[in-house]
Amino acid sequence: MMLDWTRQTLDNGLDVIVHEDHRCPIAAVNLWYHVGSRNESPGRTGLAHLFEHLMFEGSLHHDRNYFTPLQQAGAAVNGSTNCDRTNYWEVLPANALDLALWLESDRMGYLLPALTAAKFENQRDVVLNERRQQYENRPYGLALIALMSALFPPDHPYHWTTIGETADIRTATLEDAHAFFRAWYRPGNASLTVAGDVETERTMDAVRRHFEEIPAGPAVPPAEPREGAASPAGGVETERRLRLEDRVELPRLYLAWRTPALFGEGDAGMDLLAHVLAGGKTSRLYRALVRDRRIATDVSAAQNSRERAGWFCITATAAPGHGLPEVDEAISGQLAALAADGPGADELERGLAQVEAQFVYGLQTVGGFSGRSDQLNAYNVFTGDPGFLARDRARYRETGVDQVRYLARRLTPGRRVALSIVPAGDPRRALAGSAPAGVS
Amino acid sequence: MAVDRSRLPAPGAAQAVRFPAVGAHRLTSGMVLRAGRHPGPPVVHWLLLWPAGTASDPAAQPGLAALTADLLDEGTRTRSSLDLHAAVDRIGGRLGAQVGADATMVSLTTLERHAAEGLALLFEIVTEPRFAAADFDRVRELRRSRVRQMRMVPAAVAERVYLETLYPGHPYGHLGIGTDAALAQLTIDDVRRFHRAQYRLGAATLIATGPFSEAAVGDMAERALGGLPALETDAPAPDVRPDAGAPGPPPARLVLVDRPGAVQSELRIGHVAAARRTPAYPALQVLNMVLGGQFVSRLNRSLREEKGYTYGVRTAFQYRRAPGPFVMQGSVQADATVETIREVIEEMAAIGGDRPVTRPELDLARSALTRGFARSFETAGQVARGVAQVVQYDLPADEYDRFVPAVTAVDAPAVTAAAARYLQADRAVVVVVGPAAQIAPGLDALPLGSAQRVDDQESAA
Repeated sequence: MMLDWTRQTLDNGLDVIVHEDHRCPIAAVNLWYHVGSRNESPGRTGLAHLFEHLMFEGSLHHDRNYFTPLQQAGAAVNGSTNCDRTNYWEVLPANALDLALWLESDRMGYLLPALTAAKFENQRDVVLNERRQQYENRPYGLALIALMSALFPPDHPYHWTTIGETADIRTATLEDAHAFFRAWYRPGNASLTVAGDVETERTMDAVRRHFEEIPAGPAVPPAEPREGAASPAGGVETERRLRLEDRVELPRLYLAWRTPALFGEGDAGMDLLAHVLAGGKTSRLYRALVRDRRIATDVSAAQNSRERAGWFCITATAAPGHGLPEVDEAISGQLAALAADGPGADELERGLAQVEAQFVYGLQTVGGFSGRSDQLNAYNVFTGDPGFLARDRARYRETGVDQVRYLARRLTPGRRVALSIVPAGDPRRALAGSAPAGVS
Repeated sequence: MAVDRSRLPAPGAAQAVRFPAVGAHRLTSGMVLRAGRHPGPPVVHWLLLWPAGTASDPAAQPGLAALTADLLDEGTRTRSSLDLHAAVDRIGGRLGAQVGADATMVSLTTLERHAAEGLALLFEIVTEPRFAAADFDRVRELRRSRVRQMRMVPAAVAERVYLETLYPGHPYGHLGIGTDAALAQLTIDDVRRFHRAQYRLGAATLIATGPFSEAAVGDMAERALGGLPALETDAPAPDVRPDAGAPGPPPARLVLVDRPGAVQSELRIGHVAAARRTPAYPALQVLNMVLGGQFVSRLNRSLREEKGYTYGVRTAFQYRRAPGPFVMQGSVQADATVETIREVIEEMAAIGGDRPVTRPELDLARSALTRGFARSFETAGQVARGVAQVVQYDLPADEYDRFVPAVTAVDAPAVTAAAARYLQADRAVVVVVGPAAQIAPGLDALPLGSAQRVDDQESAA
């Protein structure tokens, strides 16, 4: 499994990567800006994501929404923001590639003259409705917000979530949006990948024709370095218990720890540990909690690898007639067993097979979220090497049973955040000693 | 040589898209094989399809088809559930079971080098499920818990009530998961009986897509089937399709489920509309794009991009074997509930009446559908699901070759005619899951009759 690619850096600093695949007559354009909610400040949260919305509303030379011409050309179009990066992509017939390059370059070079108060206010309302729909009016929808604010201290940029605080979104201004663009939307802070039924040299020429004229502008400050393993608990030195009352039928427990950052030492091991714990029906927690004891209706585990720091989370919903203390005790027992004896070689092998399959399945598409173009940009932005795939896979294969056992020892009760989400009016169903989480 | 920014580059001409040739031939077991060579990465997609889904649930047993499918991966005659999943994991497999209204699909995606082993596993799973009493009991309880959790999910409540209102007493009138009361009454014998009746290999279609030849797949399938114990494979497929005649009239035009204090209202608006095989299908696809099927549709442009009432709304003709729903769905800020409903119903009427589709709208919709068509068949899984549509709805084998010409031929009068026939604003049903105290007075003012109040825990029927 190899990805062939060519990379050039334009004089203005824009990284350009081209990957050819002629099996389907489509082209994928994928543009990353190395900016996310970590570049916001307290009181101004949600701006990176709100800004992403504004990028679709028109630029100087096409001052109307971007969807119309792209849909006319048969494109799929989207974008997303997380704490570390913002991405934009189009997948369209290969012979419409210039249209996507024209539009992406126009909003990179000429957005602000077209960014008006009317657009800003409209998209602010849309984002407030996005927040209502995806977080506030959804069962357990506020969990992430509560977890982030407890895992990361107030001065840490992962303390707040990408959707942002409602009050901050409401008070954001058009001037904030303009300043945000000027600070971060620079060619030198971006990585553009074109993949699919395209020819490398011609594509490089087309990219240069569209993007070379955009001035480099002042340099963007480098991202804060990855946090090392010096403080494995990441500042969570005593257990924090929180509770949230919500419109839910069954109580749910979230156990979360600070863990290594993306591509940091132990990151792949933590991912494998998540597979051993809760990856499918053979996993330890599924068997213990859902299958054998039937005290939970579902259980999941994930290593959330972010650029600056990571966090690990185990989530389980109590079955009717069972409580969160019982669920907690069962999870903790399984963690203790893994910390003592490590996983079996067969368990690790199954986890590895799942990871390997994910690599292959993820590379089936040239475009969209997590397709090949997105992956090349991720490697380029986070490691400087679009060809990091081989190293990425190797770090899983190089993880042994002993290392997974060692990592499991870090998931101790004393370093965790334990969030109980319980039916409204029933706070006693949370773990004992839980304090109300102040989120909305 | 700077680029010309005075106008957008014109895309090239629409490119011909060739859907992989998929032949159908009968294996010795009676099963039909449809194999499509897909020159993608080394991934194969196996899919078994039976033309019976949740509409085949016995009337008193909603949820039986989906429960049966859910139990398939709980072990086989010779493998415990753990052994089975370990075997799937070892080949990096992904097992899926999907039960729709008209069909059941069980699929396994795996890496090419494990293709034969994957197919053998898939056959074993569907022909020799263990159906142990303890597993049945556990899985049924898990599904009952999910039904109860779904009461708190506005979209799930709206979906359930919408189907119950559109299809009272009809095989399409329930969610696949069924009801808590019905699940509580089901037994392991019900599941075994349902499985015996519905999962006959002679009634199944095997769809295979991947980087292989049809002949190689045929050999692989014969070998995998040859290794199985005697099955009722040559028995003629019983006609398991329910008599999905026209549903009765909806019990009300406005149904309100109270969600006290909710910040948004979850909406479903529409009525029973079109079957997949309707000759108006291309015109309906164009119509839907203009009305609410894409980002720059009339409804999304107005409700999101002008008014900011919502993160997004969309419309769809949910085609089925028998006429399926047309639906507008979305979640809007609570204080915009009434205005949104009014606007949706007006737009449903206008596109077949005083504001027919314009030339730019028609061009945009047709172009989006025809030029975007190639994107639909990039992966082996997408191609397999495309073939499954052909099987499920008895479509012509060259359906996908016809699509682009058929959509290109849709003109404005065809769209208007399709709207006049398949959109009936004056009988649209409205389901609202929202804060009744805040929105009920406004809802009363709508010309929809008095609101039927439905509890989020009960059946509307």
